[in-house]
Amino acid sequence: MTRIAPLPVSATAPVAVDACSDSPTLAAVGLAKAYGPITVLSDVTVNIRAGEVHAIIGENGAGKSTLMKLLSGYVRPTAGHLVMAGQTVDFSDSTAAEAAGVVLVHQEILLAPDLTVAENLFLGRELRRGIMVDDRTMNQRAAEVLASIGAHCGPRDRVGDLPLAQRQLVQIARALLEPRKVVIFDEPTAVLANDEVAALLDVVRGLRTQGAAVLYISHRLDEVEVLADRITVLRDGKMIGTWPAADLLQRQMAELMVGRKLDVLYPPKRPQPSDAPLLVVEHLSVDNGAVEASLMVRPGEVLGIGGMIGSGRTELFEGLMGLRSADASRIELAGRPITHRSVSDWREQGLVYLTEDRKGKGLLLDEPLAPNLTLQSLDHVHPRFSLDLRKEVAALKKVVDDYDIRVGSVHLSAGQLSGGNQQKLLLAKVMMTHPSVVIIDEPTRGIDIGNKSQIYNFIDELVRSDKACIVISSELPELVGIADRVLVMRGGRIVAELTGDQITEQNIVYAATTGDAYLAAPQDR
Amino acid sequence: MGEEKIMTSATTEMAISKVPRRIRWASLGPFIALAVVLLVGTMLNSNFATGTNIANVVTRSAFIAIIAVGATFVISSRCLDLSVGSMMAFVTGIMILTMNQLEPSMGANAIIVGAVVGLLVGTACGLLNGLIVTVGKIDPFIVTLGTMGIFRALITWMSDGGSIPMDRALREPYRPVYFGDLLGIPIPVVITLLVALVGAFILYRTKYGRRCMAVGSNADVARFSGVSVAKVRTIAFGVQGLCVGIAAICYIPRLGAATPTTGQLWELQVITAVVIGGTLLRGGRARIWGTIAGALILEVIANLMVLSNMVSEYLVAAVQGVIIILAMLAHRFIK
Repeated sequence: MTRIAPLPVSATAPVAVDACSDSPTLAAVGLAKAYGPITVLSDVTVNIRAGEVHAIIGENGAGKSTLMKLLSGYVRPTAGHLVMAGQTVDFSDSTAAEAAGVVLVHQEILLAPDLTVAENLFLGRELRRGIMVDDRTMNQRAAEVLASIGAHCGPRDRVGDLPLAQRQLVQIARALLEPRKVVIFDEPTAVLANDEVAALLDVVRGLRTQGAAVLYISHRLDEVEVLADRITVLRDGKMIGTWPAADLLQRQMAELMVGRKLDVLYPPKRPQPSDAPLLVVEHLSVDNGAVEASLMVRPGEVLGIGGMIGSGRTELFEGLMGLRSADASRIELAGRPITHRSVSDWREQGLVYLTEDRKGKGLLLDEPLAPNLTLQSLDHVHPRFSLDLRKEVAALKKVVDDYDIRVGSVHLSAGQLSGGNQQKLLLAKVMMTHPSVVIIDEPTRGIDIGNKSQIYNFIDELVRSDKACIVISSELPELVGIADRVLVMRGGRIVAELTGDQITEQNIVYAATTGDAYLAAPQDR
Repeated sequence: MGEEKIMTSATTEMAISKVPRRIRWASLGPFIALAVVLLVGTMLNSNFATGTNIANVVTRSAFIAIIAVGATFVISSRCLDLSVGSMMAFVTGIMILTMNQLEPSMGANAIIVGAVVGLLVGTACGLLNGLIVTVGKIDPFIVTLGTMGIFRALITWMSDGGSIPMDRALREPYRPVYFGDLLGIPIPVVITLLVALVGAFILYRTKYGRRCMAVGSNADVARFSGVSVAKVRTIAFGVQGLCVGIAAICYIPRLGAATPTTGQLWELQVITAVVIGGTLLRGGRARIWGTIAGALILEVIANLMVLSNMVSEYLVAAVQGVIIILAMLAHRFIK
């Protein structure tokens, strides 16, 4: 499975070509999308031909999903246009795109669980006979489509009773009910197990054989390698190029996906600690999340957790915190075995978790700053029965200074702060009880560079005082910049541990997308 | 560098001590509405603004006000209790039966035991609602719809469809609790004020109040902050039950009996009082004094309809229904 490309990207990256002279089934010409001042996709030109599987790869946030939505009419471009069979087309919505034969198979399962398979397939476009719904014909048609993609469910099965993989196939069947010229898959295998993935890949190959043009987005480079005819790489909303799949190794794909220069200053790395671990977790399994994950972190260490979105990173730590049902063989904090796991138990033991969902799970957006700050540490700030409001205001003043939270007035509600200031308030909130282990999920998501640097410096100072910090991040430069050690997750499992010079963006992406651990550096071979 | 540091702290210092106390019209709404209703009443009917009538109205509003203070807890934690009216009848029935049983041996002291029993039974009923909601993870609307039926059936069964009268010997010693006064203020009004004061203190000035607002505002944030959502909500239902017990204590001397229609449709009035008082039905914001104003508005309007002949008093519930809808619309447009 693993092939080593011995030379750096610049020397081996094949020249992007589009040699085939067939006219494309669907082409994007200079496609761009901006939301207000923020450009999420710029100048993308892609051809998708009949009878090919065209893969789109890129990091989280590279613009893959936006491109898919532009091509299938869910979003309209701010510049550029689409061409179908030589004609410029403009899809006003997804229905118009579907009428033209372009359909998107969604990433999320968007089915009504209490309806039958056939009812779901025909939802919103039921066949009728007179004023009655024509169940018999619909069930017949559904059975045909299901058989054609190798689904093992019947048209009368209730969707909610089906396993996830079958539901994914129902979703695909719904897209294929009418003959399609272009079928777009948005990470169809994200929720599937390995044998189910194989079945799905067969469905995609079948579509190709029937002459459809297939566009396929995936985080899993191994799938892309075995399936795709051509590969287009996106990075930071820009198109990097299109290559014949045969010309790219997985390692090269990973290198093309990353490779941007650092633009944030990270604090210098600290000497490696060798003390006994502060936190030890063995064989932690979380329902619908992590599988048998084991990890430890030492005092004075920043442990990075990498992996694609959906790889079970957040679930793993929510499970550890007792926020999801989970099971572990052994958990120890500072040598003490931990038996009761809940956010408040952990707080008393000296471990806190800062959620990635700042607005949904972190702060009470309608409430003022002070109640937000002390919500997690009410018993510490207010030892008596009644609230000590003066002490609370003093605590707020202190963190406003210490964390440099820019507030116009303390009477603002948390929702009125900027993203960066919200994040710093959230950080101050979990730090109120002076924990020894701090888990931060996406510490800098959606905040500007200035605030990012401050948060990195905060993490650095924290571990310099012999605390430990676990940073879960989708931003590769961030993991490379601050972590002393990185664990990479894929499909709920920890698949690689990177230390020292091994911590590179390429290695993280390689492990996150292939599931293979980092292999020895080329010169060792 | 040092200078810069001082600069920043100086500016934040200023920003923090600056207190922009703007008048918040939205939170004054219920009090303005109460003033308007009182003004209209004075203009419409000369008998309205008399001391006796006002005292009568305020006293009559006490039951709804006391129960609504409890409902403010429940609603601000993003739950709902529909069973309060039936629970009130049930607690009243239990209290009277207890007192009648004890009167021959204890005399007037039976009232004290009865009151304690009322508080305990009320709290237990509330906690029962709360535990079914939180432990059973069932929608509070459905749970309290169920217990509403249960409590109502129990009082009907206990009274055998008729009424449970209080022992004659207890009438005189118990009378002052409803008809008496303290420094000219009717006792039920004094009790209402005490309940509201304690309720406001708990909601605004204790850790429990904070947790209750957090749970109502966003249960996920509360959970992720280590707040036990189930505990907070169960306690809120317990407080609601306790308030029903207090209201029952004030209520018994008024009619001296419990009947299958005692407290009927009170849940409607209680929820209306809470909502027109400015407490958010979606949780996270409690307005205890607004709730009191809401209870007064309902009673004043009912009183006006009885005094004047413009609208039939049989339409009181209809008018109250219109008020809750108008209050919700006003809410939407002010926001």
